[in-house]
Amino acid sequence: MAYLRSILRSGKNAVPAVLRREFHRTLPAAVQQVTVRDAIKEALDEELERDERVFLLGEEVALFEGAYKVTRGLWKKYGDKRIIDTPITEIGFTGIAVGAAMAGLRPVVEYMSFNFSMQSVDHIINSAAKTYYMSGGLQPVSIVFRGPNGAAPGVAAQHAQCFAAWYGHVPGLKVVSPWSAEDAKGLLKSAIRDDNPVVFLENEIMYSVPFEMSEESQSKDFLIPIGKAKIERKGNHVTLVSHSHVVSRCMDAAAVLAKDGIECEVINLRTIRPMDMEAIETSVMKTKHLITVEGGWPQFGVGGEILARIMEGPGFSYLNAPAVRVTGVDIPMPYAKHLEENTLPQIKDIVFSVKKTLNV
Amino acid sequence: MQNMLTVVANTLKGGAKINGSRVVVSARSFADLTPQASFDIKRCDLHRLDEGPSVQTVLTREDGLRYYRTMQTVRRMELKADQLYKQKIIRGFCHLYDGQEACAVGIEAGINPTDHLITAYRVHGYTYTRGVSVKEILAELTGRKGGIAKGKGGSMHMYAKNFYGGNGIVGAQVPLGAGVALACQYQAKNEVCVTLYGDGAANQGQIFEAFNMAALWKLPCIFICENNKYGMGTSVERASASTDYYKRGDYIPGLRVDGMDVLSVREATRFAADYCRYGKGPILMELQTYRYHGHSMSDPGVSYRTRDEIQEVRGKSDPITMLKDRMISNNMASLEEIKDIDAEIRKEIEEAAQFATSDPEPPLEDLCNHIFFNDTPFEVRGTSPWVKLKSIS
Repeated sequence: MAYLRSILRSGKNAVPAVLRREFHRTLPAAVQQVTVRDAIKEALDEELERDERVFLLGEEVALFEGAYKVTRGLWKKYGDKRIIDTPITEIGFTGIAVGAAMAGLRPVVEYMSFNFSMQSVDHIINSAAKTYYMSGGLQPVSIVFRGPNGAAPGVAAQHAQCFAAWYGHVPGLKVVSPWSAEDAKGLLKSAIRDDNPVVFLENEIMYSVPFEMSEESQSKDFLIPIGKAKIERKGNHVTLVSHSHVVSRCMDAAAVLAKDGIECEVINLRTIRPMDMEAIETSVMKTKHLITVEGGWPQFGVGGEILARIMEGPGFSYLNAPAVRVTGVDIPMPYAKHLEENTLPQIKDIVFSVKKTLNV
Repeated sequence: MQNMLTVVANTLKGGAKINGSRVVVSARSFADLTPQASFDIKRCDLHRLDEGPSVQTVLTREDGLRYYRTMQTVRRMELKADQLYKQKIIRGFCHLYDGQEACAVGIEAGINPTDHLITAYRVHGYTYTRGVSVKEILAELTGRKGGIAKGKGGSMHMYAKNFYGGNGIVGAQVPLGAGVALACQYQAKNEVCVTLYGDGAANQGQIFEAFNMAALWKLPCIFICENNKYGMGTSVERASASTDYYKRGDYIPGLRVDGMDVLSVREATRFAADYCRYGKGPILMELQTYRYHGHSMSDPGVSYRTRDEIQEVRGKSDPITMLKDRMISNNMASLEEIKDIDAEIRKEIEEAAQFATSDPEPPLEDLCNHIFFNDTPFEVRGTSPWVKLKSIS
């Protein structure tokens, strides 16, 4: 069990821990170790194979095999028609992808970083998200926009912004933010099969992290429904709600707090929009304490939305303390390592917030 | 007698289409009228093309009457929209197309219904030529449930099969159109996409991005710049460093066409579609045209141009008058016939306007529908936490 827990903790520790325990002898035969990167690639590969209308486009996705090697091998397997390298023209190729989707294809657009999607935002929102509504149901747009979102080590201010809140604001979009390899695979497959525009926010820090993939999740029809959160760790004292790479930090913080007898319930949102408020409320009714944890900026963020909804919903009357948000610091991301570390919520920040909330 | 011989001679020459299925309107004799004639059209200015469209084209009586009817319907429909707007029955944005009819009708005549088309917000004419009824267009303008978008889109957001709107963001429709062309290429059905934009949009960066990818990947995209000389209130000289819009595609071949002559537009479109359809890549057409109304209903259209200019175009280059004169002077149609068509159109427009003003608005229950396609119904937050609305696909 110890090795399972170590896998579930964040990144760099997982692989060496697992290797030291010679996992290949103790794991059941069907379970595999798969990195988030490979899980995404598997999802893309399976969906490309399943439906001829699916194709990929983006910068360096074909020949270069992906800036982060997510699409390695796909161009060799599927060729120029299905895996398209684009020039560095985000608004142009996003518009082209949306047009192709309007005409019946199912494009998957890769942004080398979601920071570059800001150039394309008009097409994502005005050409994709709003169209089915504006057309009174005549024109659906089946498209996925994917790529790394949020913080990455050392990339500094213009390359580290989290867009979950921005895209989560827009009706007509679905916004997904996976954490684990299973999340990535199951949700990306669902996103591609969804007939609507889906923004799929990956994270560079998570790409190399291996996770256990159950036998079920290795099936070609393994889907995780969009809009359902997952309880990664059960607990009775406080609810931690998070998404993307920060879930790892929450799990680590939960392990630290467990030593003091504080049991955290860690909810992995998986989807930002539509958000699974029911899961959060059910948990809050049990633990009576809520902390949201995210890497994005505090103002008008994901946590702000959750707290507002808790105030307005049945969960409020169960709270024994005000619900709070743990977020990134309200500044552009600095470069120097020590400054960067202190810009994102650290384990100690989560631990501190839990103890403050529980008044211990 | 002379005319009878002409008819017979033409039939024997081959190809004269005397359509047996034509409805006889009255007891008048059609044998008096010429079934088709050849017309000279202006030579196009060319960019990176050795040859352009033919300078002569054959027009059949049947086609001529159909183009006339279509252009006149668009004209009357737009004027009716003007009226309804002034009565405050149409609200918000309303960009009228009168003066530019030859473009929409000529383009449609040069492509197939299975081809694709996308344009910007001056869209009512194209919505009609792409198959939506006047009734559904006017009802969409008045925001009723019988509108083509169920009243939820309005003037700028009308869609139909192989017709992608109707786009409110200037220039955005151009990459979208290139994307439709990519789908045409991908699905290998020899279809093309006509992608329209105006002189105002022609400077948009995303258009050049679309040009680049279309040329790189040889997408079957006909880019068409409808140059009506003014981008809202800014004349082309004040907006563009180069007003040779047909050359702005640089490495993409281009042609400049008289957009007031429906036959020129048709011929050029046929030429362009031929070029594009079988893998040569994109092509660019500039249609020189003119709009009688201002940019939109909130623009009287005379602060940046003179009334004299508008009058001159109306007097000398009106597309409908030009076609009518051509057909009458070549004995291809009678004045009476034209009057009958006009009367029919007037009636159709009146009935459509009637519908558009009497049809009810979409019900409040429809407010949150059509957010997602093919999805299970879900709850939508209303204006306060206690208001829970429902969304159905």
